[in-house]
Amino acid sequence: MKFSRTTSALLAAALAGSLTLPMAPAMAQDETIKVGILHSLSGTMAISETTLKDTMLFLIEQQNAKGGVLGKQLEPVVVDIASDWPLAAELARQLIEVDQVDAVFGCWTSVCRKSVLPVFEELNSLLFYPVQYEGEESQRNVFYTGASPNQQAIPAVDYLMSEDGGSVERWVLAGTDYVYPQTTNKILEQYLLDKGVAAEDIMINYTPFGHSDWQTIVSDIKAFGSAGKKTAVVSTINGDANVPFYRELGNQGVMAEDIPVVAFSVGEEELSGFDTTPLVGHLAAWNYFMSVDTPENATFIADWQKFIGSEDRVTNDPMEAHMIGFNLWVKAVEAAGSTEADAVIDSIVGLETPNLTGGIARMLPNHHITKPVLIGEIQDDGQFFVVWETEDLVPGDAWSDFLPESAMLEADWTAPINCGNYNTETKTCGGTAQ
Amino acid sequence: MLTHLLRLVLLTLSLLLPSQIARAQDAAVDIPAQIAAMGEANLRELTQIVVELASTGDNSVVPVLTALADGNLYLDETSSRVVIQTGSAITDPLTGEAIELGAEADLSRIRVNNGLRRDISAALSGMTLMSDNPVTRLSAAQGFLANPDPANLPLLDEAIAAETDAGVKGVMQTARAVTLLSSEDASIEDKQAAVPMIVSGAGRNAITILTGALANAPDDVKPTIAAAIAGLEQGRAVWGALQNVWFGVSLGSVLLLAAIGLAITFGVMGVINMAHGEMVMLGAYTTFLVQLTIRNHFPGLLDYSLLIALPVAFLVTGAIGVGIERGVIRWLYGRPLETLLATWGLSLILQQTVRSIFGPTNQMVIAPTWMSGSTEFYGLAITYNRFWIVIFALIVFFMLLLVLNRTPLGLQMRAVTQNRRMASSMGIRTPFVDAMTFGLGSGIAGLAGVALTQIDNISPNLGQNYIIDSFMVVVFGGVGNLWGTLVGALTLGVANKFLEPYAGAVLGKILILVLIILFIQRRPRGLFALKGRAVEQ
Repeated sequence: MKFSRTTSALLAAALAGSLTLPMAPAMAQDETIKVGILHSLSGTMAISETTLKDTMLFLIEQQNAKGGVLGKQLEPVVVDIASDWPLAAELARQLIEVDQVDAVFGCWTSVCRKSVLPVFEELNSLLFYPVQYEGEESQRNVFYTGASPNQQAIPAVDYLMSEDGGSVERWVLAGTDYVYPQTTNKILEQYLLDKGVAAEDIMINYTPFGHSDWQTIVSDIKAFGSAGKKTAVVSTINGDANVPFYRELGNQGVMAEDIPVVAFSVGEEELSGFDTTPLVGHLAAWNYFMSVDTPENATFIADWQKFIGSEDRVTNDPMEAHMIGFNLWVKAVEAAGSTEADAVIDSIVGLETPNLTGGIARMLPNHHITKPVLIGEIQDDGQFFVVWETEDLVPGDAWSDFLPESAMLEADWTAPINCGNYNTETKTCGGTAQ
Repeated sequence: MLTHLLRLVLLTLSLLLPSQIARAQDAAVDIPAQIAAMGEANLRELTQIVVELASTGDNSVVPVLTALADGNLYLDETSSRVVIQTGSAITDPLTGEAIELGAEADLSRIRVNNGLRRDISAALSGMTLMSDNPVTRLSAAQGFLANPDPANLPLLDEAIAAETDAGVKGVMQTARAVTLLSSEDASIEDKQAAVPMIVSGAGRNAITILTGALANAPDDVKPTIAAAIAGLEQGRAVWGALQNVWFGVSLGSVLLLAAIGLAITFGVMGVINMAHGEMVMLGAYTTFLVQLTIRNHFPGLLDYSLLIALPVAFLVTGAIGVGIERGVIRWLYGRPLETLLATWGLSLILQQTVRSIFGPTNQMVIAPTWMSGSTEFYGLAITYNRFWIVIFALIVFFMLLLVLNRTPLGLQMRAVTQNRRMASSMGIRTPFVDAMTFGLGSGIAGLAGVALTQIDNISPNLGQNYIIDSFMVVVFGGVGNLWGTLVGALTLGVANKFLEPYAGAVLGKILILVLIILFIQRRPRGLFALKGRAVEQ
């Protein structure tokens, strides 16, 4: 075929253009560091996790305003795991392989974390997990910025057993049916038995996610609490099942002065939009409350409400955990000079960043951090009034000292041990798989 | 007239006199200073101050302590003054006079915890037992019942002697009996006499009180208490079973509301409607919107928002139902698999539409005052929201029966159910009946959504929680038969609630599903099957 001169010129130009075109986006890709955000924006956990996605966007915007990291801007990549745990694993893989993120901030439920763990191990990426959990785990690729049981569950039980907390003698352990409540209750049951509580003074029950018919269980709690001994409920109920649970407590007249409920997964976000007058006096145990009066907290709340454009939005403990995790990641990347997972893992242990309650969060060799413990009572405006707090920061303990099978295990990801479940008695590493 | 007035004056003086004597005895406590100290006190110091104020016996501290317990006591940071704030009115805690605080006033609430609330309530009971207001006296007496203290016995005796109201007197006498039982000084005869008084007067708390007292009781009284507990326990077992039946009935009523619309569409048209749960969800969202409108424009009607939402939800979901039937289902008659897939797709579309418009997080519908709280009916505790939902479900059921059996449309629906071709030959417009049936079924689902706003979260996934249960009820009860749906729903609800205490919520549901599967093996058409040759097709 013979082309006319104009046609050949046009063809040549098109060819040249198509050769240069792929170069342009590739150059743009080198300019940003991608950060993955892996949370449920729909489904039963949306009530808790949507605000964490917004928090990450807020933190990334703030860091970009300070000049980004290593001179590059940060780019958030958001996915919705829709409270579907197998989907979380698929989306984690997509974030790491397709979107090429350098770190992922995400998950709330332990079943989400357990589902995505193999992906992070296989692809050697980083997960910053901001929520209180059951312990019994320490993975090389995961950083646990939420509370382990010795930073939340155990101090809460200690408070209830003390005179300030009401000298509780009978315990109801109520949870949602998955790994976090099951393991936490195992630890708490052992702890209570060790402290001399009789086995018939402990009642344990589990409900599915999204359970809405609490009549029988609340009635059982009332009956259990009518044996003449002071009774308390330790609640590891997650997600929006908490709303009908508290409503039924209010309707059946279970007052906080008689049978207090201490919750580990109910914070300011779960209570916002809910009329908390019938709940006044019920408790929650966290490492941060929005009502804590420090200058760092006041600045954080003001900046957050300006970013989100509403003074009605609240802050809570997992948001502070994301802030701590994000700041530690930024510091580690700048210390290592690179976003490579291995470099960050090596440089992050020992780094410190201030938390919002006036203390310091330090990354420990077991990939947990130091946190204070606060117990708060629900007020009628959805905020918490701190009734007790620890004197010092409590270092997170990955392997509970109260369970016989984990008391001798330690996690240490620094040389020379470099193991997630190192047995201090036999001096061997049990392997990284958990 | 003069003697009447004199009697009144003497009565007032006799009521005031004990408090005057008490005040004179503890004049050493500087009440204003203690109140001022509350502003900066921590929790332990506050407890001390409460104890000090209570020990004065001075009735003027009652408003301060009540305000502290209710969360109405504030400290003005600028003037370091402690004030009571209720709504927008600011008053002096001791005198009750209105105070004018300047514009720079910075009020911060003085907070208490559970332990302090208990202490304040015990202290207030002691001080308000002789109040003029019978309601206050009743709550004071109930406070004594909850926190028996032998030191209060003389006060109780005095109050019982002066009491005129029979109801309040009964509670005071029960409180006295409880206090006697735990007191070390009381005689054996007094304690023996106290036990039957507690059994009759303390209601559901009798077992708690007696069990708590058993450990410390003298040996002579122990058999009496043990026998009383045994008798109460027997009663409680019976009432416990009845309570489970009530829980089962209320669960069954929810299932009934959700499933009855499905029974109609499934029965009349044989259409498997997987979007039925979304009709329930749309009814719930309609309620939310209605309440939002009322809250913004007609705040006085807030308590009736649910009643107003009922017809609105019915019409909205009914219209959507008719739209679905005309738009999608009409083309797929006789092809059950395609109908199932199409309606499943529709349910996803509806969920995502709602999610896009309203957001994925839950919405809140405020419970009207007449649906909050609970009441005791002999040994049963009945929560009002569940009670009204049961009544509502029964009303809906009987109205539907009325529509089906007494109206021309109902007649046509039944005819089409029994033999479509014959009905068509008789001149019944089957496409119109189909559309109306689908609309009716969806409308009922919308009504169920209104009721469900009171017991479940309003989220785009609300329908998913009820679609499986609805199908279970319809399959179990028999397709096309309303009575079957009623019996099926109530049976499943009661069975679930009887299994739950033993197997737990999770296993209970699994067992119910297994039982239904086994039942279907024996009776494939359900409990109340429609009979006839035409139905076999």
